Amino acid sequence: MEGIPTEDRVDADYRSYLVRKVIFIIGVLIGCIVVAGISLTINGRGIEFFDCYEYIIKHILGYEYEYRTEDWFNDYVLWNTYMPRVVIAIVSGCGLAICGVIMQSVFSNPLADPYTTGVSDGATLGATMAIVSGLTFANVAGSLGVVINAFIGALVPAVIIILISGAVRLSPATMILIGVALSGVFSGLQTLVMYSADPEELTAALRWGIGSFNQIQWSDCVIPALVTVIGSVLSIFMYRNLNLLTLGEASAKSLGLDVEQFKSLCMVLVAFMAAAIICYVGIIGFVGLISPHFVRMILGGDNKYVIPASMLVGSFFLLASDLIARLVVFPDELRVGLIMSVVGAPIFLYMIVKRKKGYGEVF
Amino acid sequence: MDDIDFAYSGEKLTLKNVTLDIRNPQLISIIGPNGVGKSTLIHCMNKILSPTRGTVFVDDIDVSQIKVKELAKKIGYVPYSANDTFPLTVIDTILMGRNPHSTWKTDLKDDMKIVKEVLEMMDIVPLAMRPFNELSAGQHQRVMLARGLAQEPEILLLDEPTANLDIKHQIDVIRLLKKLSIKKNIVVIMISHDLNLAAKYSDNIIMMADGGVFAVGTPKDVITEDNIRSVYGVEAELVEHDGRPHMIIIDSDFTEEDSKTLEGSYVLGEILHKRCSGEES
Repeated sequence: MEGIPTEDRVDADYRSYLVRKVIFIIGVLIGCIVVAGISLTINGRGIEFFDCYEYIIKHILGYEYEYRTEDWFNDYVLWNTYMPRVVIAIVSGCGLAICGVIMQSVFSNPLADPYTTGVSDGATLGATMAIVSGLTFANVAGSLGVVINAFIGALVPAVIIILISGAVRLSPATMILIGVALSGVFSGLQTLVMYSADPEELTAALRWGIGSFNQIQWSDCVIPALVTVIGSVLSIFMYRNLNLLTLGEASAKSLGLDVEQFKSLCMVLVAFMAAAIICYVGIIGFVGLISPHFVRMILGGDNKYVIPASMLVGSFFLLASDLIARLVVFPDELRVGLIMSVVGAPIFLYMIVKRKKGYGEVF
Repeated sequence: MDDIDFAYSGEKLTLKNVTLDIRNPQLISIIGPNGVGKSTLIHCMNKILSPTRGTVFVDDIDVSQIKVKELAKKIGYVPYSANDTFPLTVIDTILMGRNPHSTWKTDLKDDMKIVKEVLEMMDIVPLAMRPFNELSAGQHQRVMLARGLAQEPEILLLDEPTANLDIKHQIDVIRLLKKLSIKKNIVVIMISHDLNLAAKYSDNIIMMADGGVFAVGTPKDVITEDNIRSVYGVEAELVEHDGRPHMIIIDSDFTEEDSKTLEGSYVLGEILHKRCSGEES
């Protein structure tokens, strides 16, 4: 057993506790880089693991190759065909994990994330309507019209949940039930919209059902990346407030947080990020849910570290799932959303079953 | 510090025409039966609820006109129970008490200094790195109190700070609150259900009944046999000790005879006793 900590011990303990957190974060970061590298080696041109890094780094540094040489082809294929896929996996992982962290803090509820609360389905409905109603179905992914529509679609369940949570105290179970109800409504409406679509639109609309990184190009990465970067910067700055919210509303308020205003801000941010990601890659469930939990299990609940660590863990999960998706039926590809569901749902179940005492049951 | 005050909860009035004027650092206890609006009153003071009519003033400033963060520098609040959905360590929990004072250039070292002081004061240094949800109820209570202290408020509101504590810790906590009011010049307002402790340590007592203030004043003025009878419906005999009233419960309907004639519980007690002592397997 340890001795009784003196004041200096407290300082030292606290510091080493912070250092451990930073080490974990760096570890996950390295994990991400490695998995991304492995993912790049499945490139159909036989470029080796370390060469992949070399090509990518050289490309970022602005290295030019002689036109149509071996190196030029390698660089071209890696950068334009495989790199966007890695980038979108990282971006969506970060974005969805942040959405999870924010929603879980806002509702003091460990089971909240865009997927379980119907925000994803709202976004999908928005996107589907945009495609089918002819707003922007020339290009399936990549049009601002779809993004805006998805955003509006995502806001609807977000607002409904805020309104309900203001009226009733939500236990994790109630929250999930509301999520189920909302997803039911939205996917029903989506089916209705799709019913009236012609086959071409239908195929396009179906893309949103199961998330995928197939055929992602650089142009598809711009909006998700932009929104995710803005969202992550904002949320990292908001970590104190998110921490306060987890104490419960009364305490948060008495510690100087304007709870209502902050909650609304959070939900708008979540809706924006979820929409921006979902309308390019489709629904990918469970990342937003599992990543923060995984991090909290290891690092504890301080959002200062939970946010960046969850972002990395989310990226790692998606990179790994995408890798699996590509390996399982090589050279054909599964969809990352499927893998995430198959792997994520059991973990989700496990979490519900293992809910500890006081887990979200406030007061 | 406090003017006319009035609040709704749903459609029923929980507070009616409450007017209080609290000045000078002191320990004040709010007592009264369950559901008379003690917590509501406290929540009105620090803006968790806003009164439907009337105004709360702190330092002659209307509370509804102050930003939440500004108010949090003046008023600290220790809730009845804590939410530990996403538990932090004790030290992180207490650090959050510094939030109202934090700006982007706040140095963690300065905050840590205050946190360490509070840890010492509450005698919970060994708990510093423990996760909040693994503590006992009493330790919980002390950590929450520590968080309220780290906030360095001018007014500290506490919702039953002695609930869940054993008698020794109850006394420790209340003595500490009393000491704080003198040493740090703060007004400490606590909700209490223990009339004896409230009477022993408080400077003033607010007795509430049915959404209103029934009596205000020194323990001697407020804790009287008549008041206890009309507010709680309980007969009591008061004994004075050290100039403070102490209450002895009188239940004339329930005498020593009654407790023996309660066959059921007596028999069950006997069986349990036998089981425990191994007489019956």
